[in-house]
Amino acid sequence: MALQDKYKALTDAATAAGISDLAVREQDGVLYIDGTAADGATKDHLWDVYNQIDPNFAAGDLVLNVNVAVDAAVTQAKVITESSNLNIRKGPGTDQPIVGKAAHDEVITVVNKSNDLWWLVRTNDGEEGYCYAKYLEPQA
Amino acid sequence: MKTTKLFMSAAVVATLFFAGCSPKDGDIEKAVKAKEASEVSVAVAKGEVTLTGEVADDAEKAKAEVIAKAEKGVKSVVNNLTVKSVMPVVIAEDATLIKNVADAAKDFPTVQTSVKDGVVTLKGEINKSSLVKLMQQLSVLKPKKIDNQLTVK
Repeated sequence: MALQDKYKALTDAATAAGISDLAVREQDGVLYIDGTAADGATKDHLWDVYNQIDPNFAAGDLVLNVNVAVDAAVTQAKVITESSNLNIRKGPGTDQPIVGKAAHDEVITVVNKSNDLWWLVRTNDGEEGYCYAKYLEPQA
Repeated sequence: MKTTKLFMSAAVVATLFFAGCSPKDGDIEKAVKAKEASEVSVAVAKGEVTLTGEVADDAEKAKAEVIAKAEKGVKSVVNNLTVKSVMPVVIAEDATLIKNVADAAKDFPTVQTSVKDGVVTLKGEINKSSLVKLMQQLSVLKPKKIDNQLTVK
């Protein structure tokens, strides 16, 4: 219960933000908060609250697993790397060979999002392969 | 004239008396609702209270029934409250976690990661804005715990 009290501001914020499928459990000294946020701003807000309670996330007593809901209808995504090109790989994993690159800010076609971490994409040049989903921003 | 008044007050007293003995369903509903938690819905028919809605645990469910039973005029309580099902905590297998952590940490070259029994340990240094990104990426991989020993620049 102590951890639920420590992170009460966070769970309250999650409830207020309308996080769907919100689940809060404490197990072996770690609090697990799972759920789905409507958008990236909501998720970032929760991480701000987390950072206020535990500056620099050093306590190791919380796993904040909040994903951003992805519209199933999305077929286009923009490459949001810092500045570099995004690797397109043969399979889902950095151990997989690079089969192509997508430019920073390029909008590419999303073929399949069944893997949360790695999306199957196709560039405008017709190169097809897997990209790390964190660097892709779904386009409406 | 006097007798009429007497009859009228007698009627009023009788009404109050009977109402006091057996409150109306609507009044019971109001009274019980006021005492129950907000997620508990209350319906009353002929003194029988039906509780519906979803509560956090079995204790809450039992407590709601006790509150309803204690109310004056309640003959019986039908407890149709459901208890929220709690999703068990899912922890990723080490093999999966090792691979996914390596993928996530690839773009953070100043960070060394290790994985053991679901615990992801981070060593090295990082700047603040990257730390949030890295923590976000690691937290969705279903680790048991993230042991963050990074020095924040």
